[in-house]
This record gives sequence, structure tokens and C-alpha cells, in this order.
Amino acid sequence: MISENSDTASNLPKLATVWLDGCSGCHMSLLDMDHRLLTLLEQADLVYSPLVDQKHFPDYVDITLVEGAISSEADLEKILHVRAHTKILVSLGDCAVTANVPSLRNPLGVNAILERVSAGGLPKQPDTVPLLCAHARPVHTAVKVDLFVPGCPPSADTIFLVISELLAGRQPDLHAITRFGL
Amino acid sequence: MRVVTLKINGQEMSGRDDEDILHVAREHGIDIPTLCQLDGVSEWGGCRLCLVEIEGSPKLSAACVTKVSEGMVVNTNTERLAGYRKSIVEMLFTEGNHVCSVCVSNNNCELQDMSHELKIDHISLPYRYPLKEVDASHDLFIFDANRCILCTRCIRVCDEVEGAHTWDIAGRGIKSQLISDLHQPWGDSPSCTSCGKCVEACPTGALFEKGKAAGEMVKDARFLVYLEEMKEEKS
Amino acid sequence: MINQTDQQISSSDELAALAAEYQAKQAQYENSIFVCMGTACQSVQSGGVLQSLQAEVKSRALEDKCRVSPGGCQGNCASAPLVSLPQRDLLYQLAQPSDVSAIVDSLQGEPVARLLCDNKSDFFVRQNRVVTNHRGLLNPESIDDYIAAGGFVALLKALFEYSPEAVVEQVQKSGLRGRGGAGYPTGLKWSTVAKARADQKYVVCNADEGDPGAFMNRSVLEDYPFRVLEGMAIAAYAVGATKGYVYVRAEYPLAVERVKKAIRSAEKHGLLGNKIASSSFDFHVEIRLGAGAFVCGEETALISSIEGGKGLPCPRPPYPAESGLWGKPTLINNVETFANIVPIVTNGADWYAAIGTPKSKGTKTFALSGRIKNTGLVEVPLGTTLREMIFDIGGGVPDGHKFKAVQTGGPAGGCIPEEHLDATIDYESLLALGSFMGSGGMIVMDDSSCMVDVAKFFMQFCAAESCGKCIPCRVGTAHMHDMLERITLGEGTMDELGQLESLCDVVQFTSLCGLGQGAPNPVLSTLRFFKNEYLAHIVGHTCPAGVCAPVGQDIRRPKCAL
Repeated sequence: MISENSDTASNLPKLATVWLDGCSGCHMSLLDMDHRLLTLLEQADLVYSPLVDQKHFPDYVDITLVEGAISSEADLEKILHVRAHTKILVSLGDCAVTANVPSLRNPLGVNAILERVSAGGLPKQPDTVPLLCAHARPVHTAVKVDLFVPGCPPSADTIFLVISELLAGRQPDLHAITRFGL
Repeated sequence: MRVVTLKINGQEMSGRDDEDILHVAREHGIDIPTLCQLDGVSEWGGCRLCLVEIEGSPKLSAACVTKVSEGMVVNTNTERLAGYRKSIVEMLFTEGNHVCSVCVSNNNCELQDMSHELKIDHISLPYRYPLKEVDASHDLFIFDANRCILCTRCIRVCDEVEGAHTWDIAGRGIKSQLISDLHQPWGDSPSCTSCGKCVEACPTGALFEKGKAAGEMVKDARFLVYLEEMKEEKS
Repeated sequence: MINQTDQQISSSDELAALAAEYQAKQAQYENSIFVCMGTACQSVQSGGVLQSLQAEVKSRALEDKCRVSPGGCQGNCASAPLVSLPQRDLLYQLAQPSDVSAIVDSLQGEPVARLLCDNKSDFFVRQNRVVTNHRGLLNPESIDDYIAAGGFVALLKALFEYSPEAVVEQVQKSGLRGRGGAGYPTGLKWSTVAKARADQKYVVCNADEGDPGAFMNRSVLEDYPFRVLEGMAIAAYAVGATKGYVYVRAEYPLAVERVKKAIRSAEKHGLLGNKIASSSFDFHVEIRLGAGAFVCGEETALISSIEGGKGLPCPRPPYPAESGLWGKPTLINNVETFANIVPIVTNGADWYAAIGTPKSKGTKTFALSGRIKNTGLVEVPLGTTLREMIFDIGGGVPDGHKFKAVQTGGPAGGCIPEEHLDATIDYESLLALGSFMGSGGMIVMDDSSCMVDVAKFFMQFCAAESCGKCIPCRVGTAHMHDMLERITLGEGTMDELGQLESLCDVVQFTSLCGLGQGAPNPVLSTLRFFKNEYLAHIVGHTCPAGVCAPVGQDIRRPKCAL
């Protein structure tokens, strides 16, 4: 999608997407923009995303869209890093905004969940998998969020509006087009 | 009974002095948000979303239980009220476990609609994540306490219209919970007639029909109109 | 006294004759000894002291010369058990059964120095007792004692000399305001109920005292059950009610017992029940026990509870004065309000109005507790300063500690710091300080109290007592408590403090009843006067008072693994 080793330093705004504890539906929705992706990529460089082959989050990103809740210590570490290197952080989708489906485990407690899903054999944490937090949390409970985009998932139209408005330096009005759950 | 004139949001209107602000406003096309109010059963005054400002009164008044009077000047949509309503709805989201995307009432839920109407795009208060029960013991219906907002519409419709009084609230404060009979499984309730009025009256996905999947539970709005007609016939 | 008569009284003259007879009987004694049998004294075995004294007097064959009687509260409950020898003007404190011989000796000889309580100290002489004017020198369970002390004169005066309207007018002129806390003009309430047209009206005495640290109503009911009933009867006559309820919490068994007995003896004397004093006025009183829910002190919740329902408040209007018990006009007043009626009718409205401040007339009882030397019950004219109350009457803070704040008004009240101690105790000035008169609880705190912790305590109380009917109180108090808890654990942030403040605003203005509307007050007032303590916890992670962690230590819990 974007030239990774951009020898020719681009002056375009830098765009990133991050995937925490979510089903990837928001990223699928992003891809549903189809040809409009190309329009957007004329206006911005996608510098980091699960959809591109880039190992490290860059030092500076203009807009980062976050999918998913913060469920593990690894998620928390990641979002703190992302926040520190991002100008405009967007909670994309219900998991990032409300913790949504990942939060269903919250009333039950971590141990009960681990025992249930691993049939009694508790996975060794954090050696084999990242340590789970006591609760799956919305992104804004850990870091400052600049824009909330509810929806499960937000439609491609919504995501397109969000990115193009932010690139144009405007705060998008999402009230008419998205809400919790839909 | 006499007719009084009053002003709501700057609009002159008249109403009977035995009517409350909420109904007079609605008759004149001004909507005031509510969750616990249900036409056809008694007023409860608990959700506080219909609070309005009345000029000359330092306190806010619940429109559903405040009668109109001559010369009353009411404001229903000030910035202050909008802020309070937002906070109250946020409180409801944090009190239970509301996960819209997997709820039977997704897209057919008054709480979800209310959050949208009030432009709530995230919940700033901390979630409480209480451990609540789901009672699926009834043949036809399910009660999911995670989604219950304690509006008591089910209690009132069961008590006042069906005459069964199967539902009530046990406990108090944040420990309040909806119970059937003497906190027995709903399926064992000797008083429940399985009429389903509570399910139709429920504004969220707390009470729903068995077999419904996410987003499939649509409450029958005609049922509420029918209630209103019954009330009118009675009086 | 001896030979309790059940004489039916049918006129003021008969009452006066009976009073004279009882007075004459009392005058036969040269001496008397009263042992306080209030809850505080009984809890330290004053009953044993009373029995021992009776036995001692009997063994010395002094029964005809010295009356030994259960008495009422002297006020300085911290020194219980208390024994009074009125003829000798002596008050003994911390009396034990082993002291009775010395006490009886002192009827004639020297006072028992080791037991002596200085009844000329500021604690006693700075008070002005209107409601508690018998100073415990009266057997609370004896209608004879009450009649001998002028009891029921006011009721008969009202019945035979005044029209109901004239009684209401007296109360209005007296300037008496509701002693339950809000200070609504009592006379106005009475006249609203009096004007209401209905086939049945009710009078309710609110004795559901539930504020932490408050015990004024309990004490007044225990010591003056007849006076409260008499006040209710006068009220019933004035507003046209024939039925009354005393709604008292079950946690006050002694008060319940005494009111029960008082109703029975008053009925036997024809002073309650049908055709009171042979007039055409009927008034029946029953007791209803509260099960300990704080919210039942709120009048609409109280009504629901009397009716047999759950103690849930309803939006007002309609006010109970128009539509109360079973939809009928209902007059609800606090215990102390009713206790003030007898002195007002007896001495006149002008006499009463001369006590207190222009807007807050009369006296008020207070329960002093916390870090104060003279814990107990006091009665002062409204307009007394907080400083006089705490340092002169209360004796100040013990053990060399420094005064920090006084909490008034119960869980809906606020904490007032040192710099405002010269403020007067009246409805308006306490409100201006972000506090509240309330029913009269006064909790003194010194430098060993952490104000965040204090706010958390009251919030915990409100959250636990919230009935759950309205969302802001049900959920808001729980959130506010959690936020305060996080601050005391060093986990709070400045953002959260802002959130706490805005929640206070929401809960205060959107809650259905006084419980929720008042719940944020302890937070608001501690934020107003002690914000530095909040900041110390949030920014410095320390607790200046050493409550949340020892002074100087980090209050944050060590992080532990999952």
C-alpha cells in the first residue's frame, strides 16, 4: 500500500492503525472503503498498520486509528507508546470506545475466564501469552483519546469521513451516521 | 379542571391543569426525554431524564409528575439539562453490563436510542462491571439483569394492568435488583400469567423472548397504545 | 410515685387539682435522688445503681424521707451513670453500685468529692433548656410526675381557651421552624394542613433519627414522651386531625417502650383517645416502627413505610400537607418540633420568639460527639456561635490535639473549619457555610482526622442508604464513593477530581429526594475548606493526618501481581 523504505521522504500526513483486543472487524470495514482507499492514500501515508509490513511504530504519526480494547499488559504498553507518538488518536469502533465484547469477561474475573477457555490448564503468564489485565478497558481509560467513533463496526463510509475530515483539519460530526452497537 | 396557558421553550401553549408538563409538551410537539415513563401506567419519577427548569423555582422538576399551571414558564432543553441527562445515561451504562453489539435489542433499545439522542459517543465514568444473573427459567421469556436499568416499567405494567405483581425490586441503592415474586426463579413464579406485558414494556434487552438472537427482539409499540386505550376506557 | 391513679380528667380545674395533689405528695419528701435511666446511662449499668440506691434507702428506713426515682438525661453522657440530688444541688458522675452508701450519706453530710460533677460548669450554665427543661429531674415513665410538673396544661388550655386557628396563629407567631433539619416554618405547615379540606387528617411525629452521631430525638422521646404526645395532640387539634402516628426507629427500644407506656397512661387519664378531657376532640396515637432505613426520615418515604409499603420517596408536590398518609392531608413534624409546642402554648409565642435570632427563633438540641471533651446532649439558643458550643460548652478538643472541623447536618451536612467558628448556629449561616442545620448532630474532628476519609465515610453512608429509586443517587453515590476511595488509596488523578466535582453537581440537582440532593455536601464542603488535603493525596500521595497511611509514608498500595 505504501512504499516502506521511502527514500524520498514524503510530506504527506502520516496515518497509522493499531489493532488491540478486537475481532479485526473494524479493519475489515476500513478495507471496505475499496477504491476510496486509494483516494485517501493520495492524501496521507499509511506508515503503520496490521495491514502493512512495518514492525515498529514510527516516532511521529499524525492520525492513529485504534481498534480494540485494552485487555493485556501488552495492549497497555502498546497504546501508551502509540499515544506518545501520535498527534490525533482515534478510538475506532465499540471495542476501543466501550470495550464491547472483550468486556463481557469483566464481571467474571480473569482466573475464571482462563480456566474456562483453557479447560483447566491455566496458560503460563506472561511467558506464553501476555498477562491479562483484570478488566478489558476502553482505550480512553488509559490514554487521552481525541475522537470517538462508535459502531460495531463503524461503516466504511464512517471511517472514510473520519479520515478525510481529520486530514482536512476538521472535527467530523458523526452523530448522524454511527452509534453504539451498529 | 380548567385550561391554563403556559410557555415551554418560548412557545405559548395551553393545557388542562390536571395534565403534567411532559404530556402538554408532547402534545405540542416538544419531546422531553424519558426512560421510566410509560403511558398507561402510573408515573415513577425515577429516571430524572425529564427534569426541566421552571422559571422562579431554584429546583429542577420532573416533567412527568409536575402539573402545569397558569403562567408557568418552562425550559426543557438548556445546556445544563443536556449535561445532566448525559451524565445520568452514562451512569446507566456503567451500572450494568450493556454490550449493544451482542444484545437481543440492538437497534431496538430505548437506552441505546437515548445515548444517541444525547450525543454520547463514549462513557467517561468508570464502568462498574457488576456480576449479574440471567434468569432463563421461564418457558417463554428471559430476564437478563445485566441490561436492566431498574425503570420499573415491568413492575408497574404487571401490577397495574395485569394485576399479577410478579415483579418488584429487592435491595436498595446500587444493590437494587429486579426480582420475581419472593426472589424465586421466574419459571417457578406462581403469580406470573406469562402474558408478556413486562417484556413489551421493557425499554432495553433485559426482558426478551426466548429464541431471539442479537438485534432480533423488537418490542411491539402497538401494545403501548393499547394500554393507553384501556386506561381511557376505564376512566 | 405511689398509687398511680387512673383518674379521668375532664377540665383544667381537675387537672390543676390533680397536679396539686401530686406536688403535695412529692413535697412530703425532704430529699430525692434521680438516677438517669437514659440509653447512655443504662448502657453503663445505671439500673444497678438505681436498685442499690433503693435498697440502701430502704435499709436505712429513709423511704418516707427520700424519694429514689429513675430520672432523665443530664446531658453529659460521657460521664454516665449520672445521679442527681436536686435538693442538695449535687450531681454525681461515673456512679457505681458500690458508691451508693456514700451517696446516701451525702444527703445530710459532705458531698462525695470523687464523684462530684461540676454542675456550675459552662457545659450546664451556658445552656438554655426549653425542650429539655426538666433537666432529668422527672421520672420519664410517670404521668404523675409530668402532671405535677405542669403537664397537659397546655393541651387543655388549647382545647378550652383557643380555637384551632388561634393555636396555629400562636405557632406561626413563635417563629418555630422545623427541627428535623430543613427549617420550614412550622406554623405555615400547620396552617396548610388546617386549611386542607378532608374527611380525615393525620399527624405524624418523625422520630426516624438516622444521622451518624445524632441522638437528640432519642433522648427527647426517652425523657419527655408525654410532652411530645401533648405537642402532637395540640397539633392535631389545631389542624383538625384525629389520628396520629409516632414513627420511631426500632433501634430505639427504650424510646419505643416509653412512648408506648405514655400513650397508655395518657389514655387512662382521658388525655388521649376519644373525647379528650371530656371535650369533643378525639385523638388516637399509634406507634409505627421503622426498620432502620435512613431514607424513611424523608417524609414521603416515611409515609410509604407507615402505609406498609417500601420506604421509597415520591416526587413532591403534592406535599404531605395536601396529600399524605393514604392520600389525606398529613402534618409531619420532627420530635423536637412537637416538644417545642408545649412551652410555646404555655409561655406564649412572644416569649418563644424572644429567644434566638431574628430568623431562627428558639433553642435547638444538639448531640455533641467526636473529638470533644463533653460528649452529650445540649440545648442552646439558636444564634450561639460554634466556638461557644465547641470550646465553652463542649470543653474543646481533648488530649492536646488541635481542632480541625465540626461536621453538622448529618450525611447531608458539611465540615466547618476553624476560621468559621465564630459563625452562629442558625439555619441561614450554616447553609452559607455549605453545611446544614440538620437534626442536630455535631461531630467534632481534630488533626487526627483525614478530611478525604471523612468525606468517604459519609458517602459510604449515603450510598448504603440510597433507596435506589432514582438513577443519580443510586449510581452517582456509588461512583463518588469509589472515587473518594481511590483518592485515599493514592490512585486518584486530578482529572478524576474534576469528575468527582461534576458528579457532585449532577447528584445534587437531579436526585429525587433530600438524601441524594444532600449526599454531595460532605464532599463539596471538604473540597471547599480542605482542598489541600485532597491534593496531598492525589499529587503528593501522602495523608497529612496519617489516616490513609502513617504520616510521611506513601499511601499507594504496593502493586501485586494478578
